[in-house]
Amino acid sequence: MDLTIASILALDGLTNGAIYALLAVATVLLFAVTRVIFIPQGEFVAFGALTLALLQLGKVPGTVWFLLILAGVAAAADVLHGVRHQHAASRIARTVLRTLAYPVAISLVAIWVAPMGLPLLAQAALTLALVTPFGALIYRLAYESLADASVLVLLIVSVGVHFALLGLGLFFFGAEGFRNPSFWDERFAVGPLTVTGQALIIFCASVALIVMLRLYFERTLVGKALLATAVNRLGARLMGISSVTAGRLSFTMAAFIGALSGLLIGPTTTVFYDSGFLIGLKGFVAAVFAGLSSYPLALVGAVGVGLLESFGSFWASAFKEVIVFVSILPVLLWRSLRDPHGEGH
Amino acid sequence: MASLRRWAFPAFALLMLVLPALPVPDFWITQSNYIGLYAMVSLGLVLLTGVSGLTSFGQAAFVGIGAYTAAFLVTKMGVSPWLTLPVGLLLAVAAALVVGVITLRMSGHYLPLATIAWALVLYYTMGNMDALGKYDGLLGIPTLKLAGIDLGTGRGLHPLIWSIALVAALAVTHLLDSRPGRAIRSLKSGSMMAEAMGISTFRYKLTVFVVAAILAAISGWLFAHFQRTVNPTPFSLAKGIEYLFMAVLGGVGHVWGAFLGSAVVRLTTDELQVLLPKLIGTSGNFEVIVFGIVLVVVLKYAPDGLWTFVGRWLPATRRVRDWEGAAPLPARDKPARGELLLDVQAVRKTFGGLVAVNDVSFQIRAGDIVGLIGPNGAGKSTTFNLVTGVLELSGGAVAFRGEPVAGLPSRAIARRGMSRTFQHVKMIPDMTVLENVALGGYLRTRAGTLRAMLRLDREEERRLFAEAERQLQRIGMAHQMDELAGNLALGPQRLMEIARALCTDPALLLLDEPAAGLRHREKQALGQVLRQLKDEGMSILLVEHDMEFVMGLTDRIVVMEFGTKLMEGTPAEVQASPAVRAAYLGTEH
Repeated sequence: MDLTIASILALDGLTNGAIYALLAVATVLLFAVTRVIFIPQGEFVAFGALTLALLQLGKVPGTVWFLLILAGVAAAADVLHGVRHQHAASRIARTVLRTLAYPVAISLVAIWVAPMGLPLLAQAALTLALVTPFGALIYRLAYESLADASVLVLLIVSVGVHFALLGLGLFFFGAEGFRNPSFWDERFAVGPLTVTGQALIIFCASVALIVMLRLYFERTLVGKALLATAVNRLGARLMGISSVTAGRLSFTMAAFIGALSGLLIGPTTTVFYDSGFLIGLKGFVAAVFAGLSSYPLALVGAVGVGLLESFGSFWASAFKEVIVFVSILPVLLWRSLRDPHGEGH
Repeated sequence: MASLRRWAFPAFALLMLVLPALPVPDFWITQSNYIGLYAMVSLGLVLLTGVSGLTSFGQAAFVGIGAYTAAFLVTKMGVSPWLTLPVGLLLAVAAALVVGVITLRMSGHYLPLATIAWALVLYYTMGNMDALGKYDGLLGIPTLKLAGIDLGTGRGLHPLIWSIALVAALAVTHLLDSRPGRAIRSLKSGSMMAEAMGISTFRYKLTVFVVAAILAAISGWLFAHFQRTVNPTPFSLAKGIEYLFMAVLGGVGHVWGAFLGSAVVRLTTDELQVLLPKLIGTSGNFEVIVFGIVLVVVLKYAPDGLWTFVGRWLPATRRVRDWEGAAPLPARDKPARGELLLDVQAVRKTFGGLVAVNDVSFQIRAGDIVGLIGPNGAGKSTTFNLVTGVLELSGGAVAFRGEPVAGLPSRAIARRGMSRTFQHVKMIPDMTVLENVALGGYLRTRAGTLRAMLRLDREEERRLFAEAERQLQRIGMAHQMDELAGNLALGPQRLMEIARALCTDPALLLLDEPAAGLRHREKQALGQVLRQLKDEGMSILLVEHDMEFVMGLTDRIVVMEFGTKLMEGTPAEVQASPAVRAAYLGTEH
């Protein structure tokens, strides 16, 4: 290996690492606020990439029907809850309306504009608008009533959600894989390296999102409320911060981050309905590196995973997944030596 | 009704063993074989998830180790199939030890996360190794032959699979009702109490993970000879999650839940694989949708799984009182009255800049009852935790019976004869009072996991239960010994904790706010018990809030305020001290 190849591999690793960083940040955020170890984070990535791909073909993406069904189930749960607690019909209707309004509206928009062949950026925005509401809906249906369950139970629920989303992904998107067009086709020669516009977009988007998250947590009241819930749920609740709202909000953010990652990764690789899982898990390795608690360490971990993957695929391409996932063992060893009394929940 | 429970297992075992001889279609024999194989793996997960509060998504990978070891050694090296089993088990145990040692010292969710990675690693390794046939796997594995008879892949193999599965179920049932079993059942409720009883929680977590891996590897070995071919797919992460699904669906806290869950999943998967693609119109693994949703629904609405609906019809077992006349457990040499028992020298604890305990010293002599009192936040409980090894000292020294104990883990201090109760009662709610108290006798008994599984521990168990009952009698609770501890009121729960501490045969008893939250009557009963222990010559350190309670009981009192020792003296001296009054009530200006 010479320096050229090394720098190409490094660039490749950094590009992927930037995407893993986004996913790792989402994982850490969800764990901190809700104690949910969210295995299906990668599913949002696949949903994002595939939704854009189908919009590109001028078709109404399966995401729309999926979203409508989820919203319908959530609305049914609202009705059931209302009837059981003997709420007035008008109050039930208001709740149902609140649950259904956005998903139905955005679905109608999607059905209307899908055949128009909008510009790529508009379709990307529509994709984000379609996938983001999945977060809160999944939280509502799978996790909300279990908010006080143990981390272990929540983790097993996550695995169930992953299975369900995987199967439904196959149903709504089919088994076909798609590769999206680049957002920016420009190429820049930097010495021996060729930097693609897409890679630049990935870097910029990742950095921008992480900076925005930081500002959000430090400067806004809602962000501070989320942070408070992460530090102490009961304390936050006593201060009037609803842990339900915090949960829905953090899941919404995670879905948005996942969908964005899907848009970013779509042009660099072919995405199938089940591709998200592995991509998400690599973000996960980075999050574990950060002990599921530190954003900066998650970033470092993500870059590490990206580099390990790109160099691993150069040396032993068949074993690149093995190399990436085996690296979690020394990471865990390091963590257990660093903090031997890390007895959490 | 009781006979139902006694006969259910032999009848079921007999049925499964003679099933192949009955005119049952081959299809059902095959299904039954699969159910037996799956149940072994799920059984490990019951032990791991339901009983110990850990979990693994990587059990399929251990199945894979067993299966691939058998396949590789038989087809490529010509080793006898009966020799490949121990090799496979050895590899599985080694892998479980590596993953377990690394993760089990940290909080509970790191093990499942590590097993996800481990399952992926093994899957991709199996799928990319030339020697293992890559994704095509290894073909042409011979069938098992026993005493010259070819067991084949159907009716012949069925008795072997089911004997192993049933023996495993029996062994796990035995294990759960034993000394190591009670230690394992304590893992779910945090490590503090178990460690104070002398149990190494890390060791038992590791044991459980290894046992689960062994069960999975045996299943894999049988699987290889049953299918006669192996490839990576049945050992993937998805399959590992499916095993967990079986355990959760069946009833993750019950041995037979593993069997029920495996049966339901196996039988419905086939139906779903035919039905769903028809319904949907394209082929694909749509059954995972049903699995996923059912898993979430079960955890939400029936966390005990389907077995509860079966178990409800079975009569509850009551422990047969068979320990009359059992030899007493070994007792330690008790200190002579007046001997220096506990010597606390300038202990100090800082949390960051906060000095919680500031150079506190006091001594306890054998036969003394010493009270440690002070207003809220005075550092009493912190001092207590420093003495018992729950917290690490920032400075100072603690000697117990002349031996320095600072820096030792709490289970090592327990071994030296210091036993404690907890400010917030710590117990295992789904064990009986007697079993909870027997946990205190852990250090006085020896039976290990294997002995318990083989039921070679009965003599010792009788001695242990006799001791536990004796301690319950001592505090006047013998009539409640068969009740579930979780059903007791707070007063009896605290008394039970004292009985558990007494069961360790302590030289010094430490009680952390035993009267907190008790009603007047319960306080009186507690006072009665402590007075009686005092008359028997027990040495006690009592952390307490309730002045009246302490005054009537103790020989000497240490008063703390703001982490510092304010004074030490007899109850009368303490009562007369203006400084103590000021600490509790404030000063006049």
